[in-house]
Amino acid sequence: MTDLQSLNVIRISASDANPPQLRQNVEVAKLIDVTRCIGCKACQSACMEWNDYRPPVGYFNGTYTNPHDLSHDQFTLMRFDEWVNDEGDLEWLIRKDGCMHCTDPGCLKACPAPGAIVQYSNGIVDFIEENCIGCGYCVKGCPFNIPRYSPVDKRAYKCTLCSDRVSYGLEPACIKACPTGALLFGSKADMTDVANGRVEELRGQRGFPNAGLYDPPGVGGTHVMYVLHHADKPEIYSNLPKDPHISWLVQVWKGAYKPLAVAAMGLAIVGSFIHAVIYGPNEVDPHDVEAGRRMVDRRSRGVIPPRPPEPPPVSHVKPEEPVK
Amino acid sequence: MRPPPGTVLRYPPFSRFNHWVTAVCMVLLVMSGLAFFYPWLYWLTVFFGGGQMARATHPWIGVVLFISYAIMVVRFFRHNLPHRDDLRWLRALGHVASGREELVPEVGRYNPGQKFVYWANAFLILILLVTGIIIWDWYFYNWTTIEQKRVAVLIHSIAAFFTILVLILHVYSAIWVRGTMPAMTRGYVPVGWVYRHHRKWLRQEAELAAQGKPSAIAGAPAVRTDPR
Ligand code: HEM
Ligand code: SF4
Repeated sequence: MTDLQSLNVIRISASDANPPQLRQNVEVAKLIDVTRCIGCKACQSACMEWNDYRPPVGYFNGTYTNPHDLSHDQFTLMRFDEWVNDEGDLEWLIRKDGCMHCTDPGCLKACPAPGAIVQYSNGIVDFIEENCIGCGYCVKGCPFNIPRYSPVDKRAYKCTLCSDRVSYGLEPACIKACPTGALLFGSKADMTDVANGRVEELRGQRGFPNAGLYDPPGVGGTHVMYVLHHADKPEIYSNLPKDPHISWLVQVWKGAYKPLAVAAMGLAIVGSFIHAVIYGPNEVDPHDVEAGRRMVDRRSRGVIPPRPPEPPPVSHVKPEEPVK
Repeated sequence: MRPPPGTVLRYPPFSRFNHWVTAVCMVLLVMSGLAFFYPWLYWLTVFFGGGQMARATHPWIGVVLFISYAIMVVRFFRHNLPHRDDLRWLRALGHVASGREELVPEVGRYNPGQKFVYWANAFLILILLVTGIIIWDWYFYNWTTIEQKRVAVLIHSIAAFFTILVLILHVYSAIWVRGTMPAMTRGYVPVGWVYRHHRKWLRQEAELAAQGKPSAIAGAPAVRTDPR
């Protein structure tokens, strides 16, 4: 999956290489219907199973969110939140957190290592571990706070959307495990249709007038989408950003400034050569040697010579040395 | 080695060692830093044994650079304080750039251009250290928020850019002004060079020598070993 031979790569981090344009796959999407989720964590377990990671046993912090955060060996995490609605009722909001597979991925934009992050034509954003140098720039680029730095092997990790499974026509492991149909996988177009149907149902029959699909345009849309009962305030779902976009700081850092800075440094070097050619070396001439020698030669003068007269302001001619 | 007669001691061995440690660190930092800076320059990582090694060594070399340069800052401090005459030199900058030094006011131990390099590096390296530590995720990830790291990496990047421009200025000046390199290799420079480029300093030292006091003038009764 790491080479371009699959012809499926459309974007490569830190590279001006033209990725193969031969094949355009169907864009895929994972749909997370938060309104159907019961928080059983089957998906979380399936992710551990398939990717074969085993985070250390943690401790109980008074919530169902366990472990407490994503990590290099926790690609997806059920986040539990309690929210008091306008009627004063408690709503239990459970959100499956993980990589959103942005169409315009901030991690890929920030990454300095060629080929450490790629985007496939089906929309999946994948970390290619052999090219990762572990600088942590992807963490700074991501608008969703997803990539995690591994203290074990000093590389960054996140959900792969089971790119290995998907490339063989299988659905991601989490989808396979979900018992309620809260997780669905298919083409992005199909998933959007399904989601819109569900949103209509939630608004009409279920009494959630603000229900909606979360497919944020600020990052060009995502390949992981949520159906939310309260799409007007995504923040209540464990700080899901309302209008995510790549930080302007990252845009500046990775924008036109870089090639301009490289050009400026190059010009400074070229300019030095031009200066050398125009003015020639600044060399000590015999006059300096003689005058310098006289200045230090105490015996010939007895005293330090007085300051030489100020040279005429514009003349190119060297001032005459006072004759003894 | 003792400076031969007809020369002036400019840098004793420790200053030269200090300078070259700083210089080597700086070059290595520019190389590994530029590798992360822009994809065209990523190939520079081969000098460090690959991207992972370049990433891992860069901050450590930065710490060595900071310590080494801090020592230089302290030792050269006195000579780099601004002086009233510096303004007159700056007004003659055009003559400086075209090498017509006979039209430029006399200069002491350092000219204002050299003082600029000294101070610019002092500030830039401090900024690079602070921002570099903020983005040194391996040790300091938990010390700052992601937003703060974004600010820090942008500032580090821009400060590095200016540091490189100052470095180009510094290296080019040392090459263009012929006879300068030996100051940092052998430690002494011919009297003619000092007369041309640092006449005020030469006069001060010659005066000391004339009074029989320790000076930087080689061959004088007492050669001062502390000039930095
Ligand atoms: C003084 C101590 C310094 C520290 C602690 C430091 C630390 C860092 C760190 C942690 C990074 C991220 C990559 C990595 O993990 O290796 C980095 C990037 C970088 N550093 Fe430094 N650094 C220092 C000094 C310098 C100096 C003196 C230069 C050169 C003038 C420099 C140039 C760069 C550049 C160009 C980048 C890439 C920035 C970008 O991606 O836009 N650094 N530095
Ligand atoms: S940690 Fe790895 S994947 Fe993330 S930006 Fe750095 S090189 Fe790229």
